[in-house]
Amino acid sequence: MQKLLLLGDEAIAQAAIDAGISGVYAYPGTPSTEITEYIQKSKVAKERNIKSTWSANEKTALEGALGMSYAGKRALACMKHVGLNVAADPFMNMAITGVNGGLVILVADDPSMHSSQDEQDSRYYGKFALMPTFEPSNQQEAYDIIRFAFEYSEKYEIPVLVRVTTRLAHSRSGVQLAPIRDENENSMPKNLRQFILLPANARVQYNKLIEKQTSFEKEAEESSFNQFIEGEDKSMGIVACGIGYNYLLENFPNGCPYPILKISQYPTPRHMVEKLYNSVDKIIVIEDGYPFVEEQIRGVLDNGKEVLGRLDGTLPRTGELNPDHVARAFGIDFYEGAPVPEIVKPRPPAMCVGCSHIDSYNALNEVMEKYGDGRVFSDIGCYTLGALPPFNAINSCVDMGASITMAKGAADAGLVPAVAVIGDSTFTHSGMTSLLDAINDNSPITVLILDNSTAGMTGGQTSSAFGKIEQICLGLGVDPEHLHVIRPLKKFHAENVEIIAKEVEYNGLSVIIPTRECIQTLNRRMRQRFKDKENKSK
Amino acid sequence: MKIDIILAGVGGQGILSIAATIGLAALKNDLYLKQAEVHGMSQRGGDVQSNLRLSDKPIHSDLIALGQADLIISVEPMEALRYLPYLAKDGWVITNDQPFKNIPNYPEMEDVLAELNKISQKIIINADQIARDLESPRSANMVILGAASPFLNMDYDSLEDAIRRQFGSKGEEVVDVNINAIRAGREFALKNK
Ligand SMILES: Cc1ncc(C[n+]2csc(CCOP(=O)(O)OP(=O)(O)O)c2C)c(N)n1
Repeated sequence: MQKLLLLGDEAIAQAAIDAGISGVYAYPGTPSTEITEYIQKSKVAKERNIKSTWSANEKTALEGALGMSYAGKRALACMKHVGLNVAADPFMNMAITGVNGGLVILVADDPSMHSSQDEQDSRYYGKFALMPTFEPSNQQEAYDIIRFAFEYSEKYEIPVLVRVTTRLAHSRSGVQLAPIRDENENSMPKNLRQFILLPANARVQYNKLIEKQTSFEKEAEESSFNQFIEGEDKSMGIVACGIGYNYLLENFPNGCPYPILKISQYPTPRHMVEKLYNSVDKIIVIEDGYPFVEEQIRGVLDNGKEVLGRLDGTLPRTGELNPDHVARAFGIDFYEGAPVPEIVKPRPPAMCVGCSHIDSYNALNEVMEKYGDGRVFSDIGCYTLGALPPFNAINSCVDMGASITMAKGAADAGLVPAVAVIGDSTFTHSGMTSLLDAINDNSPITVLILDNSTAGMTGGQTSSAFGKIEQICLGLGVDPEHLHVIRPLKKFHAENVEIIAKEVEYNGLSVIIPTRECIQTLNRRMRQRFKDKENKSK
Repeated sequence: MKIDIILAGVGGQGILSIAATIGLAALKNDLYLKQAEVHGMSQRGGDVQSNLRLSDKPIHSDLIALGQADLIISVEPMEALRYLPYLAKDGWVITNDQPFKNIPNYPEMEDVLAELNKISQKIIINADQIARDLESPRSANMVILGAASPFLNMDYDSLEDAIRRQFGSKGEEVVDVNINAIRAGREFALKNK
């Protein structure tokens, strides 16, 4: 079979195609976005007509995947870690309903918060939902695990969680492929009541889930993805989870003297841990993310053998793991390089030259000057960069959709006027229901929906809101007198300031939609058009 | 054989095109490869790097450890300095000397050059100018790859071969432009190393 050079995300996508999925359901989010994009571009996926349009948000994505599984076909759902918060309701409950066609949920965590608001560890969600969870250590294992996860899912009629972190998702390596499987035919669930979580049914289903735990534990003990590697020196035993295993091996190029337990499949293989624990003087746990396994081994009382890891400072409590942290944890001496010269300045990301958000913020800032700082609630997208100088235009960024509801709550508390700034993709992700709350109260807030016709921050994916925002607002009940579509361009600056000023002053709900395409997607479209023209004339 | 490379630049400068060429050549030479990239927020004009690791033995970590990089290849001079903690004692820095100024507090160019000149093994090249002289301003990255080529520990022909495969579908002319660029960069490095 073929060997390809693939990003971790691409290996996951290829594995899902090869595992015979009929659909991928996802909302973009770094570092998971490339999975769905790979499937969207794949020739085989096109030939097989694998469903791959972006969903409005992670919750709708996961529910779509569950529906496909209900009807007997295999589905992959992908999201970034915070996306699983949005999808937590179906996630928890689908462990109880169980599945028909194989269902795998791929969640990409972002330790160090390279592109995120937090660094939550999705393994806790796996444990919370009592769901089998996998954590590949490298790109090849990511490919193998995804394929296996679909088999596992169908064998136990259970959704399976696969967790990766940024580094694996966005690093390339050679991956050996295996033959592609056929897709499933449509089929009804064997038990037509399993998806009806009325209390009487839910209790039955929940007990089934509890019963399955013994099998899940056995699977983890016997898994080829979990390995016990003997070592001569019993003064210490090492537990290395997921990508942590690579950083360990990197530091022992000539072989590791200590016994190692490599974990890539959960529930945590209790007997393997016990075997290690009983044979060594102390334990060190290397894991990327929260001290998940470390806490389990320590237990509440933490009065057993010494356990080293993130909790005692042997490894940093926060942030992404790397080979240097692991070297220091073992007291390995190494040359730490020359310092960064003092003249080197940080280079934070910024809005692009020509970005429509810049014109929107210039107008908004002029209007807000007379009210003073602290009144603009924002959201998540390129426009969040308006928090940085020279704009300093916004005062919040919490979770998708929060801008509108936070502005409403603040106005309820007397902060009038309050302003919300939200992007088009974020608006249809989670802003519509927020707006409805504000409409129903005729809250004295002004909502700016910055419509650049794409999900810009994640690289320009199709926005579910495309061409629909005005209609959505009217449909929800925004007063047409206080709904404006404006063009965020320098030449309309004075006009835009006037409209925004009037609506901010208005003591009720208003919506302003500055509309101009993202400069990046515009450039890309123009280049493509130029290419197409050239090809035609050839 | 093992070589660890840090590619540096600013989001949007296209450092991954350099990585792609080296990667193609490495695969042809049956080397193992790992390449960690930056996707996401920093691509909006922030500092970006890629860790490229090649070896004839399996590679474990996707990240290069401090003090281990054999090469820093940078398309922007201040960005070359940012990764100095990763440079091995006997490592080389190959960098463009043309600044990309998208921050208000970009340091004085003479200070940047002074810092670069403190590095013991380096090639500082005006890749933009060389590319303009070749009438292909967009091939500056290939000029830099050319300047790095003597230090890659890899058969040079396999790099040209990789370019042919990489750009072949875009026509003879595009291939030639890039071959000329890599040659010009290489020539500069061989003369100035
Ligand atoms: C729950 C959740 N899902 C996904 C993301 C990742 N994400 C951050 S910004 C963004 C795109 C926002 O697009 P839009 O609102 O249109 O703003 P733009 O970036 O285009 O200005 C996405 C998908 C996130 N932070 N949180």
